[in-house]
Amino acid sequence: MRIVLDKLWVGCKNYTDLVGFGEGGWGRVLIAGAGVTSAIAVLGFLIGSILGSLVAWAKMSPIRLARGVADAYTTTLRGVPDLLVIYLLYFGGNSLLSTFAGFFGANGFVGMPTFATGVLAIGIISAAYQAEVLRGAFNTVAKGSIEAAHAVGMGRWLLFRRVVAPQVLHYALPGLGNTWQLALKETALISVVGLVELLRQAQMASGSTRRPFEFFITAGLLYLTITVVSSLLFRFAEYRSACRMGG
Amino acid sequence: MIDFGFLWQAFVRLIAGLPITLELAATAILVGTVLATALAIVAHLRVPVASQCVAFFVFCIRGSPLLLQMFIIYYGLGQFRHELQSWGVWPFFREPYWCAITALVLSVGAYGSEIIRGGLKSVSAGLIEAARACGMSGFLLYRRIILPIAFRQALPAYGNEVILAVKATSLASTITIMEVTGIAAELISQTFRAFEVFIVAGAIYLTLNFIITRLIALLEYRLSPHQRDLPVKTNIEARP
Repeated sequence: MRIVLDKLWVGCKNYTDLVGFGEGGWGRVLIAGAGVTSAIAVLGFLIGSILGSLVAWAKMSPIRLARGVADAYTTTLRGVPDLLVIYLLYFGGNSLLSTFAGFFGANGFVGMPTFATGVLAIGIISAAYQAEVLRGAFNTVAKGSIEAAHAVGMGRWLLFRRVVAPQVLHYALPGLGNTWQLALKETALISVVGLVELLRQAQMASGSTRRPFEFFITAGLLYLTITVVSSLLFRFAEYRSACRMGG
Repeated sequence: MIDFGFLWQAFVRLIAGLPITLELAATAILVGTVLATALAIVAHLRVPVASQCVAFFVFCIRGSPLLLQMFIIYYGLGQFRHELQSWGVWPFFREPYWCAITALVLSVGAYGSEIIRGGLKSVSAGLIEAARACGMSGFLLYRRIILPIAFRQALPAYGNEVILAVKATSLASTITIMEVTGIAAELISQTFRAFEVFIVAGAIYLTLNFIITRLIALLEYRLSPHQRDLPVKTNIEARP
């Protein structure tokens, strides 16, 4: 019994030394990685919101071409693995940039900045999911409220801002929470193009210490922490929104 | 402008990875669904301790990236080589293929269990009462009444899960498995023609997912004859 406890104690001590903040500890680096992960997820999600609203708008447009393009966009991005999209953006972006740089006299290779690639990839993929959520939410907006707004003489912009947007946001919040979780988990895929976010950082740390299990588990704990905190924030937003909607 | 010759070459190379993609997806979905059903029943019955463990497992899997889970299984477990060898499971975890399958099965199991649990919840109490009144209990009740109804209810949402599982097989390429995405990455780094390769690989995945959605829609149709309109009988043809 004594021996087992001792072993356990030493094991715990080793682990906390490994991922702690002291000398030779990787704590600070991992936290920084988590920061990069959060930053990509937040920026990507915001780009996804803007792009997603435009796509949702196009999906409900009376113009057939716009509907077709928007439908093709969401079908493609929801049906193709995210990893492929990232490869396309990164390697495709590299060759585009190199060609462009060639026009301006630079020769040789010009690479895509990995952070921008990551944010863009998350934004483009998340937009497809968010567009579906927003469209679904728009369909649940009571048509009577839009008619009523027309009747009191609201213009298009005012009607959107005062009547449509708040309702859409209210109905869409749970779905947007889900797409946020997706975006957060997708950030891990950016590590394949070499961006040093949480997963990549854990990989590098395990490469130099040969203790992959501890580092990946720790990275997992950090991901779970971000998930929990953000889902609490979304729940709070839902609660606030329900209060405002009088529900 | 479009180089059809290259597109065709890329197609020939990429399609060679399709069997592995299909294998990974089929195994993950079949075994994952069994796991998902078991987890959902445990969670639904609120078995003490076990249901809390299931909730924790689902939370961990859903709250962290699949790529990370794959790395934990493939790289992380390698650290316990001696222990795994003494248990005789090392040959299993040594192979990236089985590591990828394990990660995918766990993922389908966790996400799927939530969907099936929703289906179990939707089985109305009246049906269960009626079955009990007929003397059914336990296993028979689940096999004949609860599970079929729960599956039918969960099928549309489960279809999305199947598509996600097919997409998730692409992550296996990061642990050296040459399925469609792995070959695509190799092809891009050899030819620097990311766009063309993406179009071909994307088309393969889209076709696959299209077929799967159609199959699931067909299954849904077959499983819900009660929701269809009754065929209208007309005697017009019978008359001379």
